[in-house]
Amino acid sequence: MHKDNQPLIFEITKEGRVGYNLPELDVPEVDLSTLLPQAILRAEEAELPEVSELDIMRHYTALSNRNHGVDTGFYPLGSCTMKYNPKINESVARFPGFANIHPLQEEASVQGAMELMYDLQEHLIEITGMDEVTLQPAAGAHGEWTALMMIRAFHEANGDTQRTKVIVPDSAHGTNPASATVAGFETITVKSNEDGLVDLEDLRRVVGPDTAALMLTNPNTLGLFEESILELAEIIHGVGGKLYYDGANLNAVMSKARPGDMGFDCVHLNLHKTFTGPHGGGGPGSGPVGVKADLIPFLPSPVLVKEEDKYTFDYNRPQSIGRVKPFYGNFGINVRAYTYIRSMGPDGLKAVTEYAVLNANYMMRRLEEHFDLPYNRHCKHEFVLSGRRQKKLGVRTLDMAKRLLDFGYHPPTIYFPLNVEEGMMIEPTETESKETLDAFCDAMIQIAKEVEENPEIVQNAPHTTVINRLDETKAARKPVLRYIKA
Amino acid sequence: MKHRYLPMTEQDQKEMLDVVGISSIDELFADIPEKVRFKGEYNIKPAKAESALLKELSQLAAKNADSKQFASFLGAGVYDHFKPIIVDHVISRSEFYTAYTPYQPEISQGELQAIFEFQTMICELTGMDLANSSMYDGGTSLAEAGNLAAGHTRRKKLLVSEAIHPEYIDVVKVYAKGQNIEVVTVPTKDGVTDLAKLEESVDDDTAAVMVQYPNFFGQIEDLAKVEQLTHAQNALFIVSANPLALGVLTPPGKFGADITVGDAQVFGISEAFGGPHCGYFAVNSKLMRKVPGRLVGETTDEEGRRGYVLTLQAREQHIRRDKATSNICSNQALNALAASVAMTALGKKGMKEIATQNILKTHYAKQAFEKAGFEVVYQGAHFNEIVVKVNGSVAEGNKGLLEKGIIGGFDLGRINSDLQNHVLIAVTEQRTKEEIDALVQEMGALHA
Repeated sequence: MHKDNQPLIFEITKEGRVGYNLPELDVPEVDLSTLLPQAILRAEEAELPEVSELDIMRHYTALSNRNHGVDTGFYPLGSCTMKYNPKINESVARFPGFANIHPLQEEASVQGAMELMYDLQEHLIEITGMDEVTLQPAAGAHGEWTALMMIRAFHEANGDTQRTKVIVPDSAHGTNPASATVAGFETITVKSNEDGLVDLEDLRRVVGPDTAALMLTNPNTLGLFEESILELAEIIHGVGGKLYYDGANLNAVMSKARPGDMGFDCVHLNLHKTFTGPHGGGGPGSGPVGVKADLIPFLPSPVLVKEEDKYTFDYNRPQSIGRVKPFYGNFGINVRAYTYIRSMGPDGLKAVTEYAVLNANYMMRRLEEHFDLPYNRHCKHEFVLSGRRQKKLGVRTLDMAKRLLDFGYHPPTIYFPLNVEEGMMIEPTETESKETLDAFCDAMIQIAKEVEENPEIVQNAPHTTVINRLDETKAARKPVLRYIKA
Repeated sequence: MKHRYLPMTEQDQKEMLDVVGISSIDELFADIPEKVRFKGEYNIKPAKAESALLKELSQLAAKNADSKQFASFLGAGVYDHFKPIIVDHVISRSEFYTAYTPYQPEISQGELQAIFEFQTMICELTGMDLANSSMYDGGTSLAEAGNLAAGHTRRKKLLVSEAIHPEYIDVVKVYAKGQNIEVVTVPTKDGVTDLAKLEESVDDDTAAVMVQYPNFFGQIEDLAKVEQLTHAQNALFIVSANPLALGVLTPPGKFGADITVGDAQVFGISEAFGGPHCGYFAVNSKLMRKVPGRLVGETTDEEGRRGYVLTLQAREQHIRRDKATSNICSNQALNALAASVAMTALGKKGMKEIATQNILKTHYAKQAFEKAGFEVVYQGAHFNEIVVKVNGSVAEGNKGLLEKGIIGGFDLGRINSDLQNHVLIAVTEQRTKEEIDALVQEMGALHA
């Protein structure tokens, strides 16, 4: 074993050590074999660690030191909205009255939680311009699929069973087509035009009586606002389809344009992006879905309602698609999002969008002469550069991303969207200072210079991380997905 | 606008506008058509300062009856278990909780290794070959298992035991509808899956048979028999298992399960009104390339150092788009970390001890109820839940219990009219003998 290997918790285990204490058993001890048949009594103990409490803290502290978060440094990962995660959110979510309540308690004993959920729904209704919101979906992709299932139920209720196709732009997030498949639809891709927007002619060509919905992110994944949004809506509605809003990029348009006013019939939000529920290393998220009136009957059951001063869950929803998740959604993340919205207020949310968009445009202009900018117009909260100039010099976008690690930055989203060659998608968010943006731009410009003058330093990056580039082919060819004691 | 999360100064703004070559921020939004432009500000509550908001929300939280103040006997899929204090200290390290998905392995080794360890611990407990990095929760994990089975077997029917959590069954049905899969429920007998009915129903169109272990009523299913009936028709055997119970119960892998799923909420994750919890998804090796969600694998760098990466990504939505094995993207990574810390703290000995305590305390409660004249309706082997028949309304009784500082059990009449006046009582290691005695005594008075 190489001396730099970080030991696994299983490699520092020692028989006889413990990391816990339970109160002594205060009921009579009974031999388990008198209570359970022998066949269901576990014969061999699970090989779990045997370590002390300090061992555990040192282990995880060492691991955390090998991880980069927003609190570590700038994280301009496009389409992920890596903004500051406020600490008050974490405190509020840990109040015992929120953290330690059971979803099946009598409603009278959880009115405070239900009030928070209801008020969050009211706030999200106003922010999206929709008529009703469900908090049940656990994440963005889950919200997409939930809304598509509702669209499917809507069409079926109208006898429109021939609507089997969902249209997504070629610049869409991968979850859009995947969610369409899981909801039982066939995905049709609509092309982008030379301005990076949905090609209306191509859209007119692919829509028809079999169209169930068009899924759209606005601004799209290039950070560009779909200026023809009303025309797009008209085309889809004209053939009887529904217009779906992927809320991943809502940070770009708060208080500027609401999905409900743009003609969208349903929307999902990523509360872990725009509304600061932390990303947690990949989750948990929360993916509420907002709908217009004609989709309300199909909302997942139960629906939270207010009856005079009392909150209650309404299970009597005969046209509901059913339940998409046990209980009521990722409540803990919803508490964080609510705390954030209440911390910002209407003027705060407006400023969030304005500063996020100004930051992105500022960076784009500082970087445009050093990299190719395929779509040269004002962007929204993010923009996409192309590394094709550098590629001609033998340096790929992946190399430049790895080089950024040496400067202490998380790289942008790379090779996405798919319609940009060697793409780098940069989203600064509003919580970063001008000094941070400048320092990052300086690093990018230096890397562009290195590509011309000393490409090896970029091609062999990173040089300063705890580990170098890893052999992903080896990982996939002969997968080792768990530790096995030697 | 001055706000503690927004560092933009007037000077910054002016300099940045100059670089962009515009005179006001509004120009950046000029491409939004006039007709859809939102004017003014949202009609939402005004911003509140930190201290004032903390006060308001702590008062709101205090309106709820929580399991720190009350003795909770409510389970039914979500449990009040021992949560090692270190769990919150680890997951509060912001290098973990403010990170995104570890797509850049060089600066995400901590998260990746933690998940690799999580996958290992889930395999150890379930006896399965491999586990993914987490799913939303036990319910969606079970539903995804159903979809996997239908795709793998190219069959269109799922047989689902009615002794599975009813809300899990609801979720399975919605996912199945998306794929035009038929869901057939198998009734129970004496609180466990009716094996004779199962044998009648399972056929060569059955993609999978699903049971829960221990089941919704706290009873322990005969997995050996279910496995035999299932595999006789070449269907997949799917078990939804409480991983804490696997500290003493024979793991599903030993019984030949093809897929084992469940919720790791039992390990250091707060009840949180139902979420976020932590689904896990484990399979035998022949299903490796069909697993939904993220997998972390071990590999080496150019210098031979061991490291971890997300692997087998050709299954996933960001690569395969409409051909992906699932649409899942965000999962429950931070809660998987919490579960790992709790599993590590409990360790080899603690896992057995905590599971044993659950059985013994529930056994004690069962005897106490019987001694007090209650009928405990199912007499098979149980884990930490029992079904008690009461006189009068369970909901009314629970109201009375609340006044005595007790959160009562789950009213089974809510899910099945045949089970009016039946309550599902959960007794975890957290409940003391005194609390159990008090519950029995108060219920005796309330349901006299």
